[in-house]
Amino acid sequence: MLFTITTTAYQADDLSFLLHKHPARVQVFELKFGKVHVFYSEVNETCCTAAMLLEVDPIALARRHRGGGGGTLGTYVNDRPYVASSFLSVAISQVFGTALAGHCKDLPNRVDEAMPFEVNIAVLPCRGGETLLRRLFESLGYQIKAIPYALDNQFPQWGTSRYFTVNLKGTCSLQLLLSHLYVLVPVLDDEKHYYVGEDEVAKLLRRGETWLPSHPERNLITERYLKYQRSLVREALARLQEDAAVSDATTERYAAAEEALEAPVRLNALRLEAVLEALKHCSARRVLDLGCGEGKLLAMLVKDAYFERLVGVDVSAQALESAAKRLHLDRHPKRREQVSLLHGALTYRDDRLHGYDAATLVEVIEHLDAPRLRALERVVFEYARPGCVIVTTPNREYNARFESLPAGNFRHPDHRFEWGRSEFRTWAEYVATQFGYAVRFVPIGEADEALGPPTQMAVFEQLHD
Amino acid sequence: MSEPKKITIPELSLVLLIGASSAGKSTFARKHFKPTEILSSDFCRGLVSDNENDMDATKAAFDVLHYIAAKRLAARRLVVVDATNLKLEDRKPFVDLAREYHVLLIAIVLEPPQNVCTARNQARPDRHLPRSVIRGHIQQLRRSVRRLGKEGFRYIHHLRSEEDINSVRIERQRLWTDRRDDSGPFDIIGDLHGCCDELEELLGVLGYVRNEGGIFVHPQGRRALFVGDLVDRGPRIVDTLELIIGMCETGSALCVPGNHDIKLLRKLRERSQTEKVSHGRHHRSKITETQITHGLAETLAELDALPADEREPFEERVITFLDSLVSHFLLDDGKLVVAHAGMKEEMQGRASGAVREFALYGETTGETDVFGLPIRYDWASAYRGRATVVYGHTPVPEPEWFNHTINIDTGCVFGGKLTALRYPEKELVSVPAQRVYSDPVRPFLESEPEGPQLTAQQAHDDLLNIADYLQKLMVHTQLMGNVVVREENAAAALEVMTRFAVAPQWLIYLPPTMSPSATSGRPNMLEHPEEAFSYYRNEGVSQVICEEKHMGSRVVIVLCRDETIALKRFGIIGNGTVQPTFDGEKSPETNRVEPSIGVCYTRTGRPFFNDPEMEAALLQRLHAAFDAIKFWETHETDWVCLDAELMPWSAKAQELIKEQYAPVGVAGGIALKHAADVLTQSGERGLAVGELQEQITQRWDSIERYRNVYRQYCWEVTSLDDLKLAPFHLLAVEDKVYTDKDHRWHLNTLKALCDADPGLLQATAYRVVDVQDEASQGEAIQWWEALTEQGGEGMVVKPYDFHPRGSRGLLQPAVKCRGREYLRIIYGPEYLLPENLDRLKARNLGVKRRLALREFALGIEALERFVRREPLRRVHECVFGVLALESEPVDPRL
Repeated sequence: MLFTITTTAYQADDLSFLLHKHPARVQVFELKFGKVHVFYSEVNETCCTAAMLLEVDPIALARRHRGGGGGTLGTYVNDRPYVASSFLSVAISQVFGTALAGHCKDLPNRVDEAMPFEVNIAVLPCRGGETLLRRLFESLGYQIKAIPYALDNQFPQWGTSRYFTVNLKGTCSLQLLLSHLYVLVPVLDDEKHYYVGEDEVAKLLRRGETWLPSHPERNLITERYLKYQRSLVREALARLQEDAAVSDATTERYAAAEEALEAPVRLNALRLEAVLEALKHCSARRVLDLGCGEGKLLAMLVKDAYFERLVGVDVSAQALESAAKRLHLDRHPKRREQVSLLHGALTYRDDRLHGYDAATLVEVIEHLDAPRLRALERVVFEYARPGCVIVTTPNREYNARFESLPAGNFRHPDHRFEWGRSEFRTWAEYVATQFGYAVRFVPIGEADEALGPPTQMAVFEQLHD
Repeated sequence: MSEPKKITIPELSLVLLIGASSAGKSTFARKHFKPTEILSSDFCRGLVSDNENDMDATKAAFDVLHYIAAKRLAARRLVVVDATNLKLEDRKPFVDLAREYHVLLIAIVLEPPQNVCTARNQARPDRHLPRSVIRGHIQQLRRSVRRLGKEGFRYIHHLRSEEDINSVRIERQRLWTDRRDDSGPFDIIGDLHGCCDELEELLGVLGYVRNEGGIFVHPQGRRALFVGDLVDRGPRIVDTLELIIGMCETGSALCVPGNHDIKLLRKLRERSQTEKVSHGRHHRSKITETQITHGLAETLAELDALPADEREPFEERVITFLDSLVSHFLLDDGKLVVAHAGMKEEMQGRASGAVREFALYGETTGETDVFGLPIRYDWASAYRGRATVVYGHTPVPEPEWFNHTINIDTGCVFGGKLTALRYPEKELVSVPAQRVYSDPVRPFLESEPEGPQLTAQQAHDDLLNIADYLQKLMVHTQLMGNVVVREENAAAALEVMTRFAVAPQWLIYLPPTMSPSATSGRPNMLEHPEEAFSYYRNEGVSQVICEEKHMGSRVVIVLCRDETIALKRFGIIGNGTVQPTFDGEKSPETNRVEPSIGVCYTRTGRPFFNDPEMEAALLQRLHAAFDAIKFWETHETDWVCLDAELMPWSAKAQELIKEQYAPVGVAGGIALKHAADVLTQSGERGLAVGELQEQITQRWDSIERYRNVYRQYCWEVTSLDDLKLAPFHLLAVEDKVYTDKDHRWHLNTLKALCDADPGLLQATAYRVVDVQDEASQGEAIQWWEALTEQGGEGMVVKPYDFHPRGSRGLLQPAVKCRGREYLRIIYGPEYLLPENLDRLKARNLGVKRRLALREFALGIEALERFVRREPLRRVHECVFGVLALESEPVDPRL
């Protein structure tokens, strides 16, 4: 990974003083992740270029990341040694630390001087593309040139890569320049920080103190920092996901995308409110939340004394851990009597699900392959057989209203299907007849006249003879 | 001196010693029983309080004692309770325990004269009781003894003198039901109901001949085993009884009683009672008379038709015979249970009223159906036992295996057929009824419903029970014994199974992981064939086979001869389950599944193709190739399971390539190019960057080579014609798992298949190598070098036989040797740089190899069980185990 800083300021060669690096030497610094070489490719009074070459040790990196576990192959074959990432930030802070802190013993008067700078970053991964690159740097006053690259010239059909060779031109103090790079390079990269610990994340944010609060993209910048935390549980699962290459970050990106899509219509809140109302309408006090995920519905129900017994069931042990945290089960022993969480799968018979007034399946069925739905129907309607079953699922017709969603796409890449109103109705009526339930349909969210509501809900009530 | 008294105790029983304090119970117990068989209240008091005489600890002590007693009885161990057991409420828990665990309850009452107890008590150093207490004990004892029979004690042995107590002998006796040392072979024969014509014919078919005494015997010493209901309804009841009693008396048959037989016994006893009564001119006794229903009339009519002088002795003989019958049998080392109406696991080989009831009538709900017949609990659907249970009682049109149980009552008397199950062969043999002798109350030979139907087992298996998988799994495999799967791993597998995998019905196999050969000792190599050869050589294998390793994605294919086989043999339509129609309605579009002739899935059980049409097209092409080589006929099968590699890699791994492999290549190329340029400039300034420049050049070269490797495995797939399928294991067909065939057989058989469609199928090249022979190995090494020079993945080295054992047990079924260039996409583009390779050589194969073995054993076990037609849950636990083990943390580069 290489980047260069060039200045054409008056007495440009002062740059070496400002960086505290000798212009005539090739200097090497040993950092935890590998070596950093600093040298100058041009030094004269009109122009001075300092180069920083990072040699990230891929093997040490993999070992550190693995921490005894197996990891996935992505740990071993990855782009980290070649691209600008949080390693660059670490290198800046450790090798150009004095400059970053705004000190210079020899030329204290030039520290705050705005100079014309030109920065070249050989490979900068930009998640969000050139648009985001421009949004991040242009508002700070830089002129940007970005060269995009195809993933592989021999396979043009694969499209473009997320990498750019980036040239930034701007006039500011060296300290500010470095702090911009320090914060924004990892933001654009938007990958898990293999190396930077939590305290360092905090440090990164402090580097932006002077300019970040007024930056129009400050929210995106902070969010991207704080979002990804490695989870070992997730990793065990990743080992089984073989060729899919669905990383933590990707999964979270998907969920966030779905949420963002639906956010303007407050869909999530409306959905939960509708479910709560339907439960009370059915006089259900003992409730199973099947596919409870991280416990959003449970957290709402638990606050309502109407519900005597709540059981969340999910197939993801990790989701259950998050649900336990959300519900504070560790801190409230009383609550454990009211709510419990079960690890279970809705394609297997489960005797633990007997004896409840109601079961909710909130945005669950669309995550199963359609042919496997039959198993879920039997598990829920034939074996668990609660008095009432509440099912919500997206209304595909409404997707046309989401401008950012390409036509034909599902709201979440893990959705195996999305149904329109008539498909859902047909399915629900079939299930109801077959298992002896009556069913009614409730729209959720503000309905479009032609397309119907964003989410649809079916309320099944057992028929008694 | 009189003969010493003898007490017989069934091996499996709960024995209560009953007696006053200081009656000598502990001494008696120690004399006759093993220390571990005796549960003493004093000892338990000591356990909980450190003081055997601490009466405050009594309650806790008995809690412990009851708990241990329950555990022992569950494990079929004798329990002797050494406590006073004088009060009803003291005995009650034991009465309940005996009932719960279906063991016989025995009382041994020790009642030496009072002065003996008193004197003994005075001599005790630790516990002096007032005389009055001991007197009280003895009074309680006398009151108790009279009640013991009513309380449920089966045998009561009362020893009143010191002499009896000292001289008594105790003999242990095996339970009548326990015939575990008898392993047959048997011909188990279903309900007869007097159908003697069919019985004689069936015995003939089974190879029995009449001996000079007219008794049917089998020349090879096989024995008939009758599941009961010999009498009532049918035409030749007396003959049937004669025939069977004769066989049983001479040891060529065994018999368990049916409910009809027991009812007849009761009736015959009444009759003989009545006759005696009338001879003695007494009043009629007030026995409730047995009702003459359900065909008993036919039996009595036949008996009454016998000449008077024959009738009475015959009836006596029948009474003796029926009275001697034991409720059920546990046979063949516990692997076989025969009972009239079935037997659940917790009752097998035990004895109690409940066991006998179950054996005769099954378990009923107490309700009756529209025909007035009792509704039965479906004990077989909950059955999880190891023993095969063979039973009758309820007529069925066809015998069907269901959770290791089989009902062989095929309603001969109702015009069905008479069926025998040959054991251990498990072959069914039957002869049709000559006519309908009796009309069944509930029609049992219903007209076949239209369309294909699931068997009872398949219907039951349509949904598996989560309780079988949410735990630490212990799977018994033929290859490795018990394979244990940790609960955490099972949890990860559950998520993948439920969210991503194909339906369990299709998952009859998952492939094991494969370890690389040991790390090469050569300076610039990580893997080399030498190490693979020496591994097998050291394990005592002389011949190995080297197979070209294709770089694609692993695919397991299950293919059926046609769609109906998918339903008939696998119990599935498409990737869904059978959609029952109701009220004549068709299932809606959303619930319909397209039928298919098979499935392609990945090594973790996911559908291989996202596009179902592509999958269907591939299966069709493959099917045509199988047709072309007349595979179905040659192998006498309607389905086949293949292990194969599907190319290109990019077909399945497109995302991975676009997300990971290609980006590394493009980023590396640009980064190193820029670095080289800047270094050149700096060098021109006179900086000493020569060494850095050289390094960058080397790395640049690495990246280019890396890109060339992965590019070889990528090509555009727009239709089936762009795919290549390379099958390398012909795993299983109906009735056969081909692990008995060597790898050359597998590859040659599959070569013939590949030749039938060279456009799609690719044969796997191989070399057979003698690992003792230098030249043979050298030739294979050259072959490997040629394969890998341009980035080929390399080869897999397998012992010539499918699963040979070495000197230390099961060997690695295969070891891979990957090419030097290929490994760039595994270990990173720059892995061969000396400073990297040195560190990478320190790798540990132990975990990977242990996993490979266990997964191999589980995978083969899954196939074996499927081929044996075991319940799906037994197949599923094996593949579930493979998947769970795959979630173990192990270096993914291996």
